[in-house]
Amino acid sequence: MSQGSQLIQDNFRDNRLPHIWCPGCGHGIITRAIAQAIDNLNLDKDKVCVVSGIGCSSRATGYLNFNTLHTTHGRALAFATGIKLARPELKVIVITGDGDATAIGGNHLIHSARRNIDITTVLFNNKIYGMTGGQSSPATPYHEKGTTSPYGTIDPDFDICKLAIGAGATYVARSTAYHVPQLTKHIQKAIAHKGFSLVEAISGCPTYYGRKNKKGDAVDLMHFYKDYALDVKMAEKVDPEKREGKFLIGEFANEERAEYVDEYMKIVERLRQEGSQDE
Amino acid sequence: MAKVKTKKMVKTIPEWCKACGICVAFCPVKILKLENDKIVVTDQEKCTNCMLCEMRCPDYAIYLEEQE
Ligand SMILES: Cc1ncc(C[n+]2csc(CCOP(=O)(O)OP(=O)(O)O)c2C)c(N)n1
Ligand code: SF4
Ligand code: SF4
Ligand code: SF4
Ligand SMILES: [Mg+2]
Repeated sequence: MSQGSQLIQDNFRDNRLPHIWCPGCGHGIITRAIAQAIDNLNLDKDKVCVVSGIGCSSRATGYLNFNTLHTTHGRALAFATGIKLARPELKVIVITGDGDATAIGGNHLIHSARRNIDITTVLFNNKIYGMTGGQSSPATPYHEKGTTSPYGTIDPDFDICKLAIGAGATYVARSTAYHVPQLTKHIQKAIAHKGFSLVEAISGCPTYYGRKNKKGDAVDLMHFYKDYALDVKMAEKVDPEKREGKFLIGEFANEERAEYVDEYMKIVERLRQEGSQDE
Repeated sequence: MAKVKTKKMVKTIPEWCKACGICVAFCPVKILKLENDKIVVTDQEKCTNCMLCEMRCPDYAIYLEEQE
């Protein structure tokens, strides 16, 4: 028998629930927000394709009831690029983790952004490699701990949104598993946006990130996001001391630029015409 | 004037609840609690239908449903 809210019944493979994620893992919250965004946009479910790599985050494709593809570590964007070029009418959404997208898959991320291909990436950033037991990732904050950095990492962390903007992404936003309405709105705008969009969704991994860094349980992590997130629009107005230790959420880029599949199709069309003139 | 009745009921799926405590901690009117590691609604009447529990439950174990 089907269980759960209408949203869950309509958009999840509810016979696969409850999911595998740990108690209080933010990944479940973000996955629901993606389903809510798709639902709000009233998209034809057969025209949605969700692609993921490998990691706890990337397991989301197993639960979402759309066309889904669970690929190899770091390569979700490469698979997604193939899908988008072959079937441009599909809404292609990539679900990835901080490790998946910024370590092993870092090149795919920057070049997808550079091409401005019409793909939406939702990056579940729990600041650690959750699936493999808590190794530090390129998003582990400077001086914080993982199993591979027991004394605190000396590798400075990426600002993933700045990275995406620098590489050419045309819609970029950040939110957290605490700020669900904002997160949903950003994902919705990202999916509607034409071009490469990235939403960094800060997720709590109480099992490894929380424990290794003595940041407490799932509720403590949610309190942290509540207390330390600062909306980018507010940030300009508040006193510098109120910004101390805070991280920015909100929309960082929203612009238009030539899209990759369009450009590719223009060449195809031009060559077809030149070919027919030769006959 | 009669108090406006809330339209939706809070529903739970105890088998899906993993007792993370997120909904309990952030319910604005504090009507949720864990009993034997499963979610329980203590006072439906006070629910403001804010949806925060549903949006933030990582396990989809609590949600609001229209009453017949
Ligand atoms: C080619 C390859 N290298 C390494 C791994 C091991 N591995 C699996 S998941 C993962 C990291 C996942 O981290 P992240 O993307 O942040 O996802 P999370 O589990 O934190 O959600 C690694 C290194 C793998 N599966 N394949
Ligand atoms: S290890 Fe961390 S990221 Fe993976 S399911 Fe558990 S809490 Fe979530
Ligand atoms: S809808 Fe709001 S008020 Fe009602 S139980 Fe959920 S969090 Fe509490
Ligand atoms: S948020 Fe969900 S899983 Fe966590 S205690 Fe509440 S009902 Fe249970
Ligand atoms: Mg991770």
